[in-house]
Amino acid sequence: MTHFLMEFLGVLLATFRDILPILGLITCFQLFVLRQPIPHLRRLIIGGVYVVLGLALFLIGLDKALFPIGKIMAAQLSDPSFLTGGTATVAPTNWMAYGWIYLFAAMIGFSTTIAEPSLLAVALKANEVSGGVISQWGLRITVAFGVAVGISLGAFRIVTGTPLYLYIMVGYVIVIVQTFIAPKKIIALAYDSGGVTTSTVTVPLVAALGLGLSEAVPGRNPALDGFGLIAFASLFPIITVMGYAQFTHWAANRKISANTDSKERTDEVQTCTRAS
Amino acid sequence: MVTKTNRDMNTKAASHQIPIILKAIVKKLWTSFKDLLPIILVIAFFQIVVLRQPLPNMGDVIFGGVLVVLGLTLFIQGLEMGLFPIGENMAHALARKGSAFWLLSFAFALGFSTTVAEPALIAVSAEAASIASQGGLIAPGADSLSSYALGLRLSVAFSVGIAILIGVLRILKGWPVHFLIIGGYVIVMLMTLVAPKEIVGIAYDAGGVTTSTVTVPLVAALGVGLASIIKGRSPLLDGFGLIAFASLLPMIFVMGYGLIVFG
Repeated sequence: MTHFLMEFLGVLLATFRDILPILGLITCFQLFVLRQPIPHLRRLIIGGVYVVLGLALFLIGLDKALFPIGKIMAAQLSDPSFLTGGTATVAPTNWMAYGWIYLFAAMIGFSTTIAEPSLLAVALKANEVSGGVISQWGLRITVAFGVAVGISLGAFRIVTGTPLYLYIMVGYVIVIVQTFIAPKKIIALAYDSGGVTTSTVTVPLVAALGLGLSEAVPGRNPALDGFGLIAFASLFPIITVMGYAQFTHWAANRKISANTDSKERTDEVQTCTRAS
Repeated sequence: MVTKTNRDMNTKAASHQIPIILKAIVKKLWTSFKDLLPIILVIAFFQIVVLRQPLPNMGDVIFGGVLVVLGLTLFIQGLEMGLFPIGENMAHALARKGSAFWLLSFAFALGFSTTVAEPALIAVSAEAASIASQGGLIAPGADSLSSYALGLRLSVAFSVGIAILIGVLRILKGWPVHFLIIGGYVIVMLMTLVAPKEIVGIAYDAGGVTTSTVTVPLVAALGVGLASIIKGRSPLLDGFGLIAFASLLPMIFVMGYGLIVFG
């Protein structure tokens, strides 16, 4: 108990240091640039105490729960006796053997993204920008699917040990090509969605998963191969949001042109019958 | 008689208020718990159906999970009470004040200070430091670990500050967002060629890590507020794009940091 209290006090102190720049920013700008007293000072102070306490608790919990869980899951799912049914003691190097890891990565990516509140906000805005053409649920499912594919591709990369920059470079080329053909209104929003989808709870878990995996697979070095999962999770939503916008745009255009086509045809028929 | 009814009413009001407060607290806790719920479900599925073995250190993990939910609840409640309203007010007041210098310095300071307080970044940079010391890239020992982690965080925070500054400048000038982003991608690729291999992974991840709980709402408020005040800008079209810069520039700066530390 005393150990926990000491740990808590240490983290609390470090957290207070982390909050200091924000405090400095508010006081400087409010008092010296805007030259106004700080409104609702009491609320701000109470809120600040909550922030410091909450951040400290969160960081301790993260160390006790999210990081270990990510590493444990990676270790268990790539355990040689689990993968081969107890016949081998050395983990296989063949990437096909790690099917459960890819599934786990995809499921974590999909489920956390679907539940992500900031994605909900982006979906609402996208619906507004597109004039209702982009449906909220359609977008959320597409983005979640993109994150799922992204993280599981990232896991594949760690298992095979291929260089990260190759994947990211190909992703960038796709994003750049899409930028020139996607509807203009969606572009800034799509770029933002990449940063938005990775939440505070998901990031540590996914990072730990990658590090655990790179420790478990033979021949992989955590320092070289362990990171990169979050990069995948923030690149793929950009591609999927623009792709979804392009698709709905195309579908809407086709519907309109199909309507005008059939209308023209009936007009023609009418003029024909009238002529005859 | 009168006082008695008064007192009755007071106690009645108080006894009504406690359930309301409790309800609010439970609701807030439930909201944070919902963030964690998908993770719990997926992990439970894998433990029960696929792995069929109990989780080691179950007690510690559950205790940690409770701390995460509690901490996140308090943290977000505190942000919503104090920081978000005042941040939005200040962004609006500065945008209306019309001084480009103060607006840009506010943009930089906002990006920097909110990133320093970003929980996910604190956690991931500590982990990166321990991985780097295990790999023999930096000297072992708590001091060199914490200075490496702090260096990572400061370079990310500095880059987010610069990113928000450029983003605000973009809104002021009305530059199209995609030219800046594509230019950024080209720089990322060039930096990848020269940066030490050990930093590339963490640098790419830094982009996604920086933008979560604290930074996104405040920066989005600044962007949308600015775009709605400046003539000829649409808040929907020009207000976005700030977060995109904030996830792009850290990659470049962290690779630069790697060049200095490992290079």
